[in-house]
Amino acid sequence: MSLDIVQMVLVTVLTAATPLILAAIGELVAERAGVLNLGVEGMMVFGAATGFAVATQTGSTLLGAFGGVGAGVLLAALFGLLTVGLAANQVASGLALTILGLGLSGLVGAGYVGMKRDPAPHLHLPGLSDLPVVGPLLLSHDAFVYAAAFLVAGVWWFLWRSRAGLGLRAIGDDHTATHALGLKVRKVRFLAVLFGGACAGLAGAYLSLAYTPFWSPGMTAGRGWIALALVVFASWRPLRVAAGALLFGGATVLQLHAQAAGLGLPGQLLSAVPYLATILALVALSLGRRQGGSAAPAALGRVFAPSR
Amino acid sequence: MRLDLLPRARPSPWLDLLSPALAFLAAVLIGGAAVAALGVSPVQAFVTYFVAPLSELWSVQEVALKAAPLALIATGLAFCYRANLWNIGAEGQFVIGGLAGGFVAIATHGSQGFTGWILPAMLAAGTLAGIATAMIPALLRVKLGVSEILTSLMLVYVAQLLLDYMVRGPLRDPNGFNFPQSVGFDDAARLPALFEGESLHAGVAIALVAIGLGTLVLARTLFGFEVRAVGASPRAARFAGFSDARLTLAVFAISGGAAGLAGICEVAGRIGQLQPEISPGYGFTAIIVAFLGRLSPPGIVLAALVIALTTIGGEGAQIDLKLPLDLTRAFQGLLLGLVLGADVLTRYHVRLVPGGAAAKAAS
Repeated sequence: MSLDIVQMVLVTVLTAATPLILAAIGELVAERAGVLNLGVEGMMVFGAATGFAVATQTGSTLLGAFGGVGAGVLLAALFGLLTVGLAANQVASGLALTILGLGLSGLVGAGYVGMKRDPAPHLHLPGLSDLPVVGPLLLSHDAFVYAAAFLVAGVWWFLWRSRAGLGLRAIGDDHTATHALGLKVRKVRFLAVLFGGACAGLAGAYLSLAYTPFWSPGMTAGRGWIALALVVFASWRPLRVAAGALLFGGATVLQLHAQAAGLGLPGQLLSAVPYLATILALVALSLGRRQGGSAAPAALGRVFAPSR
Repeated sequence: MRLDLLPRARPSPWLDLLSPALAFLAAVLIGGAAVAALGVSPVQAFVTYFVAPLSELWSVQEVALKAAPLALIATGLAFCYRANLWNIGAEGQFVIGGLAGGFVAIATHGSQGFTGWILPAMLAAGTLAGIATAMIPALLRVKLGVSEILTSLMLVYVAQLLLDYMVRGPLRDPNGFNFPQSVGFDDAARLPALFEGESLHAGVAIALVAIGLGTLVLARTLFGFEVRAVGASPRAARFAGFSDARLTLAVFAISGGAAGLAGICEVAGRIGQLQPEISPGYGFTAIIVAFLGRLSPPGIVLAALVIALTTIGGEGAQIDLKLPLDLTRAFQGLLLGLVLGADVLTRYHVRLVPGGAAAKAAS
């Protein structure tokens, strides 16, 4: 295998991992605050449709990205109102938002099926981007990929190096005690949920604006769910999210390269690899963890309805 | 501004019945506004969605044929959800059930002599296959503590890909001109029609019987009480000696079996062969139905009828009013969200408290 092919495969792994990183890092923040948002898939696909629609109408990829983010925030606000404001069941609310998001994405994207536009512009540093290996692998990506890296670093810094982040993590571990201490549990949770939705919407916009520059119904293909698994697999730590996303992204592109290489396995089996890999990864994680309980934020998914 | 939730001393019984109706009304109003924004008369849309499907015998049967699998799957899911176990993989269990039962039909295709055993064998195979599929997330949860939400959902994609592979490969009809479908099932392998010449088939009767059984078990047996207790208060249930692991496996088996049975009924009833797509998302729609029906079988039957009605109505609206099918899906998601929100009203007094710091300082 020549260096060129290895390089190309690595680049595709990186780009396949990007939507997973974006969606998972946002979900990580929401779950660290104690809210389980199963609506990620719906927010992602709605972000993809809206992002593509806005970008096509305005001709600007940047505005399209903002459109995707806005779409994710909108659905996240509904989710936050239900689960944080009205203390509704988080699992059912998340599923409702997924279905709503899928339906809305079809409605918004209906007029744009089959349209193509230019993919998002890639970074090009004269001289540097043409360096072997380092050039294509690190210096020639579109803005979304760099945004993902920035978000991972930023979330890590926020959660472990800032006072506000400490408060958020504390809320995710024990909402009763933090409420008694005077922290604004519901406000923080609502903002965390909005951030999660924004990231999911951005991930969707990446899919329809950069990964494949068109919109097709259901184009997220379960990536939102894989992002949820990714958060668990990464034990709710940002840097592990990035590592896990590269693994899962690798599994996703593996089947494309395997099919291209003419391996004799049925296409459906190769397509199933990311989903089977997710299950195996979760099993491996549980086996690796000795006796101790899960590394999840202790109050994750639990209803918080303060009497005052 | 603050949203305050004050627990009610006693849950209000008539609000309990009224809140889903209120949610439905709100969803219809919002849907009407959305439809008006798309340039269609809301009144006309309402008639097309809710009234037209009930106006002719064939469409009433279509509603029943759609509602039956939804109600069956949702009843099984109710067992899981009441115990706070989130089986999201009903769609996959449905598909595997249809595949397994269809396999029996294909294996016995063209056999002579006594064929009365084939159909029951198909139903049994479908149910058992659904149970087996559901056991995977259940065992992973019980033995390793792995989230059943994620594992059950991943298996949905795997199940769909498996069906696709089988139908295009080993189970493809050799005389079928290379179309991705299996042989058409013999009459012995099809569910008979309930009335001569009409499309309503025995699958509806099977579903009703199963739902009736489920209602009895949930309301009148010790096991049913365990399921209800574990959801209401896990700690108390543990003190009462109700085993967590046994219960988890049992409720997953029930919901997997129900979904698998629904799958084979759909394949042996309506479809009559195996093809790459055997479910228009029944497994996921059933989740909405389960929550809309408040996790209780009578409510589930009613919710299934409403959802089936709007789905059939949506197909009619697509043809008559050019309204997209996604609108129906968005409506159903919205309805579920509103029902969940309205549910809060039965347990809490909701109050909007104006002002920020001053109100907080005073409380």
